Amino acid sequence: MLEANTNIIRLNGAEKHFGAVRALNGVDFHVVSGECVGLVGHNGAGKSTLMHMVAGTLRPDGGEIAVRGNAETEYSVARALKLGIRCVFQELSLCPNLSIAENTRINHPALTGFGWRRKAAALIAAKLDEIFPDHGISADDVAGDLSIGRRQMVEVARAFTVTRDPLDLVILDEPTSSLDAHTAGQLLAFVRRFVASGGSCILISHVLGEVLQNADRIVVMRDGKVVAADAATAFDRDRLVATMGGAEAREKIATEFAAARPAGSPVRVRARPARQEDGKELVARAGEIIGLAGLAGHGQTDLLLAIFAAATRRKPGIEVTAPVALVAGDRQSDGIFPQWSISENIGIRSLSQLRKGLLISPQREAALAEFWKQKIGIRTPDMANNIFSLSGGNQQKALFARALGSDAEIVLMDDPMRGVDIGTKLEVYELVREEAAKGRTFLWYTTETEELDNCDHIHVFKNGRIVAHLGRDELTEEKIIQSSFGDAA
Amino acid sequence: MLRSLLPALSLALVVIAIAWLNPRAISYFGFTLMLNLAIPIALATIAQMFVIAGNELDLSIGTFVGFVGCVTATWLKDAPLLGVIILVGAIGVYALLGALIHLRNLPSIVVTLGMSFVWQGLAILVLPKPGGKAPDWLLSLMAFKPPYIPFPIIAALVIAAVVHFGLMRTSYGVILRGSGGNPAALRRAGWSLLRTKITLFALTGLFGVLSGMALIGITTSADANIGNGYTLLAIAGVILGGGEFVGGRVSPIGAVLGALTLALAASPLLTFMHIPPDWQVAANGAILIIVLAARVLISRRER
Repeated sequence: MLEANTNIIRLNGAEKHFGAVRALNGVDFHVVSGECVGLVGHNGAGKSTLMHMVAGTLRPDGGEIAVRGNAETEYSVARALKLGIRCVFQELSLCPNLSIAENTRINHPALTGFGWRRKAAALIAAKLDEIFPDHGISADDVAGDLSIGRRQMVEVARAFTVTRDPLDLVILDEPTSSLDAHTAGQLLAFVRRFVASGGSCILISHVLGEVLQNADRIVVMRDGKVVAADAATAFDRDRLVATMGGAEAREKIATEFAAARPAGSPVRVRARPARQEDGKELVARAGEIIGLAGLAGHGQTDLLLAIFAAATRRKPGIEVTAPVALVAGDRQSDGIFPQWSISENIGIRSLSQLRKGLLISPQREAALAEFWKQKIGIRTPDMANNIFSLSGGNQQKALFARALGSDAEIVLMDDPMRGVDIGTKLEVYELVREEAAKGRTFLWYTTETEELDNCDHIHVFKNGRIVAHLGRDELTEEKIIQSSFGDAA
Repeated sequence: MLRSLLPALSLALVVIAIAWLNPRAISYFGFTLMLNLAIPIALATIAQMFVIAGNELDLSIGTFVGFVGCVTATWLKDAPLLGVIILVGAIGVYALLGALIHLRNLPSIVVTLGMSFVWQGLAILVLPKPGGKAPDWLLSLMAFKPPYIPFPIIAALVIAAVVHFGLMRTSYGVILRGSGGNPAALRRAGWSLLRTKITLFALTGLFGVLSGMALIGITTSADANIGNGYTLLAIAGVILGGGEFVGGRVSPIGAVLGALTLALAASPLLTFMHIPPDWQVAANGAILIIVLAARVLISRRER
């Protein structure tokens, strides 16, 4: 057979930009028939973007896509399905209001006409039986009523059902994230059988053991590029971690404020995540900057919100002894009042200080805003302008000013530096350190490892639990990756 | 479980209350009289249900029914061909609204609120003062008196069965409901959301037309304001029937039951309770709040 024909799909020099962000930067990627390709990398390394291109849901800004050696110029989801390429997306994509059989129908235009319900039900039930014997799911169950694990089982099984279109390549994006060890094992065993019978798979997983054991070839991505691609046998855990994280040590900002804070300063926050089973807890003292690390969505935001709630209403397991302010991560939906001026956006957390009688004093509001404009360098001709007149980075500064200008002694930061330019970042880091030195406490969730260099202590989260506690001198990227990728024991 | 039975339970409750207040109402003639207006309400409710299935809302259905009524009482009788063309064109306008709302990503509440004034204005142009006359075939259809079972009940059963089959059992009905449940998933599976939206809005237009015609078949003549109350009745009927504003969770059978409940609770029940007409509208609203509150409480408990 010709070499070109054994490639199910090949991408050459694929590029994708989202605004100024380069999500993919000239990636070459291919899958041959009868192999399972493992794809690993950090959050934001570009794995999902790449897979969206393979599945046809995103168009590349540059580069070529070829399926079985034929260049595809009008590649789309419909085209991909016709060519036998399917994807199980990480976000659940079942319709919660429909039954399992009806959800199966959505992926099979061929399931129509008299008796389609029976056919759809038989199709999905047979596949569920094949992959997950003892699954306990009925085709009549409504998707929204199933547990998240079962929904994921249905979704995986649905991707492997066949009617009219062929089935050659299935992309599994974190297919085991909601499965327990037993069903995950069943799924991976099925993937091996599928591959042995000539099908192909792309397996994305944060559980490195799964990838090492089940992939034939492993592709490692970092910062929108493929940094390594080799037979799975050529990798071991340490090599994977090192390739993903970048071996070069990052320069530390450490030196300038290495002076350890006295351990005796008063405790401001003592919190245990709701799902924590062992005794680990987060303790933050006055003047400390505490980092919350780990993969995105592993309970860091939940803990911050719980601490925020505990400041006004007592919650078991969380002790907060000072006023709290939150700097939201999703600026547009959780941070900004779009119709308001910059001054009003800053003043909202400090209304009691700004009050004069029953009314808000515009003078005091303007004074507060002006103070922070100077201090934090918000670039605007007039603080009375609408907040949207500011650039993204300056909007974020205004949100910091809202928190720091308030009476809050504890500032919670929910990955606030997403999509902010490096200049603004450095200014804000400086400010945070300065405020901490004055005795404020910061709890800082970040997905960017270099930001953790600003922290005194780092707690690494996995599955809603604290799995590791690192002092600043122990902090290395490898250590954080090791803990956050640690396979569930 | 209790939740899916709630539409039937609330209807039963209203019927029992009527039977207790006035046993003579529970008869062939009683039901024919009490459910007089139930058919157009049920059709308008089904119309509203289609847009709600796609996570949209139609605030113009009431004035649209009024507009259709005015066309029915004038052109459809005097110049049937022109009348049919206008009504089919009106359904086409609904389809275009669906396309507009999808393509420009507009809030349907805004678009249909605007359209409600357009329909109202057109209705007044067609029929400046109350009058007109329903076509004879429509009059005789709505006056049909089948043996044993009152016509409105048979009509309600037929409407519920037809729409249930079309939306809940056919393979494209699944796609229509899926477009309310998880549009992103549908798009990824290669379906056109533009097409589902157009289809849902066109169905709303179709059932709005049927509602307006049925209404004029009963009242025999029209008035530009005749359907104004239907907008909120239709929304309430869908919700009473177990539907939800978002998520594609709707039930045609429930919607028809909801419409019947509203039709009975509207004036027969209140008249039997000796509530003066001045207070009936307010009392009607109170009943609605109680039933919907019960629904929220029950579904919260089941979660």
